[in-house]
Amino acid sequence: MFIASREALQEYAAKIKGAAAAETKILVSMGTCGIAAGTTPVLEAIREEISARNLQNAIEVVEVGCMGLCHCEPTIAVIDTATGRQIIYGDVSAAQVPQILAAGTDSPAHGTRTVERSWYYPEFEAKPDTAIQAKIVLRNTGRINPERLDEYIGEDGYDALAKALTEMKPEDVIKEITAAGLRGRGGGGFPTGKKWQFAAAQKNDEKFMICNADEGDPGAFMDRAVLEGDPHAVLEAMAIGGYATGAHNGVIYIRAEYPLAVKRLGIAIEQAHEYGLLGKNLFGSGFDFDIEIKYGAGAFVCGEETALIHSIEGMRGEPTFKPPFPAVQGLWKKPTVVNNVETYANVGAIIRNGSDWFRAIGTQGSPGTKVFALAGKVSKVGLVEVPMGTTLRQIIFGLGDGIKDNKQFKAVQTGGPSGGCITTKNLDTPIDYDTLIALGSMMGSGGMIVMDEDDCMVNIARFFLEFTLDESCGKCTPCRVGNRRLYEMLNEICDGRGTMETLDKLKNLALTVKDTALCGLGQTSPNPILSTMANFPDEYLAHIKENRCPAGVCPNLIHYEINDKCVGCTLCARNCPVNCISGERKMKHVIDQDKCIKCGVCFQTCKFHAIEKK
Amino acid sequence: MSCTCDQMPGSDNLIEAYPEKRAELEAYIDSLPLGENPDRNRGFLIQSLHKAQSVFGYLPTCVQLFVADKLKLHLSEVYGVISFYSFFTETPVGRYKINVCTGTACFVKGANKIVDEFKRFLNIQEGETTPDGKFTLGILRCVGACSLAPVVMVNDRVYGNVTAKLVPEIINACAE
Repeated sequence: MFIASREALQEYAAKIKGAAAAETKILVSMGTCGIAAGTTPVLEAIREEISARNLQNAIEVVEVGCMGLCHCEPTIAVIDTATGRQIIYGDVSAAQVPQILAAGTDSPAHGTRTVERSWYYPEFEAKPDTAIQAKIVLRNTGRINPERLDEYIGEDGYDALAKALTEMKPEDVIKEITAAGLRGRGGGGFPTGKKWQFAAAQKNDEKFMICNADEGDPGAFMDRAVLEGDPHAVLEAMAIGGYATGAHNGVIYIRAEYPLAVKRLGIAIEQAHEYGLLGKNLFGSGFDFDIEIKYGAGAFVCGEETALIHSIEGMRGEPTFKPPFPAVQGLWKKPTVVNNVETYANVGAIIRNGSDWFRAIGTQGSPGTKVFALAGKVSKVGLVEVPMGTTLRQIIFGLGDGIKDNKQFKAVQTGGPSGGCITTKNLDTPIDYDTLIALGSMMGSGGMIVMDEDDCMVNIARFFLEFTLDESCGKCTPCRVGNRRLYEMLNEICDGRGTMETLDKLKNLALTVKDTALCGLGQTSPNPILSTMANFPDEYLAHIKENRCPAGVCPNLIHYEINDKCVGCTLCARNCPVNCISGERKMKHVIDQDKCIKCGVCFQTCKFHAIEKK
Repeated sequence: MSCTCDQMPGSDNLIEAYPEKRAELEAYIDSLPLGENPDRNRGFLIQSLHKAQSVFGYLPTCVQLFVADKLKLHLSEVYGVISFYSFFTETPVGRYKINVCTGTACFVKGANKIVDEFKRFLNIQEGETTPDGKFTLGILRCVGACSLAPVVMVNDRVYGNVTAKLVPEIINACAE
């Protein structure tokens, strides 16, 4: 198949849409976490059942990317193609497959777990009252087979590129993106249209469009989900950006830790070439665009755009001072645009539906949606996409179904190691780029880690500092030396050696690092400290003044004791990894405090509340 | 400059010892679209090192030198890149690479205790390999399977919802 014009594309798309569909479609979630949770045996069972019952013509099995329902993987959806009725099943086992296939879509199979759909697709559906999520970025993720270009074309794929190339001038594309108010989804929220305009204004025979797929924020996995579930959306948007800015070369910089995403991107690029959707003279417009993949090698700082560019150039991924901005002097000293995966995934929808449509979703200052990776101590972990302006309460207690094991919500960390924590009092603030910054945190890439009463906030701050310390490239002194001193001070506090003077110094140095570090990584690294100090001052004081860790986490400040409720069941002694619990059967046991490593296993295993954390 | 591997204790000259591996790496680098501009050729360094590490398992000086020669770079530049990125290693790794994820979600769910348990059980520290060359213990930051936290990766296999009690089972599963 070779598509030479927009008419040919539309004709081909109409043919795909009009093709006779099987009566029933079964979507099987085959993203990284689905596969890790055991989707493959379920998929095999479905295939076997279909061939055993000779249903090849009636049922079509589609391997899709992540549906966002990580809490109940393996997930499958059974859809009646004529009516659109669907049932989503969670925690599916291979043994349940025959019943599920037999049940059809009228009512769920007996003894299975079903999941209500909490989202809608603004591009082709009206909003039902129950939908908290709106999927624009994830419109195809979890719906189509990412390894088949035809399915993407059947969802109007590449029509935005065709429209831009045949109906719009480059400046019109930039105008549309600017009017839509799309802001960079990778962290800072810089207006994408402006970035493109800067690059377009440069006169140079060679320019580059880069896709930042170096998703380094621990706890964020939305870019992986998009690349695994809808890779063509990113390719199409890069080509649109190339046309708008005058770039003919695209580079996707992806982390080596995402092998499945790398594989699917490779397949997508090859297919796009075969169809003539990448390469020379796209849609007969005379515009050429090509994309290559470059691999990261495990460095968080390479998410910073200047560091990323150096890494593509085969050097150490150290950031450099801006200006010159990459839009003026980037890869190989040529004008370069660096956008993140999620930003690109919005572009096609904006070109197809117009900026007014996009602005109608989200808030005034931050139109559109944001994808969040909801994880930590929340009941339903998952990947969610909500309109900007949704509150944290709706996300954590609505979509996430509250805190696991009926514990108390304590805080939520947004923005990863560069962000801050948000507490109960701000759960009802509608969140977008600006409100999060006002709360002392930031949007970041969209990781959202929920913490409960058992988490020590000083220890959390120490965790993030340890991370930045590990990942600091070592180029500038504030980050290299300052963060180490901050980490040491947090260690002192966690070990019960801190004084009020430590606390003062901690705050001063944190502010100094924030003001003086070279790049975004260093400038934001003290944020977790400053925000936990502001929101949980009592916890810091308890560590310092009372030698006490209120959450019972810091090992030097706690110990375990067995009280009189002990019935001598020996369960704790049998589970203790260092065998430091002794006692006769049916007699009260004792913990040898010198040998105890404070792992807490006895505390978790005791059924009689006989072990106390002090 | 000649290869210094011979003078380094414990490292064989892999390039000479395994001609078929050398040929595989050489064929890969020769297949790259290298041009006249040496600066632009440097852009192929990281992917060449990825290939070299997948062929040889690790990147001792002799391998670094081989890649440097092929791409017409200095050994110091190649070494600078290897020492910067955590993915590259200069020391041999065990047959089973046990990596405990210590990303935020896993940390909140107690990944540190899992790391401690592996250390105790294997009697090695992070980044070390057992004397029999079987296990290497490492940590990594987020494999993006946060819903299964805490997560342990053994080579390419992902174990989810790991507890301290599961540690011996995971180790035993490798022996089979």
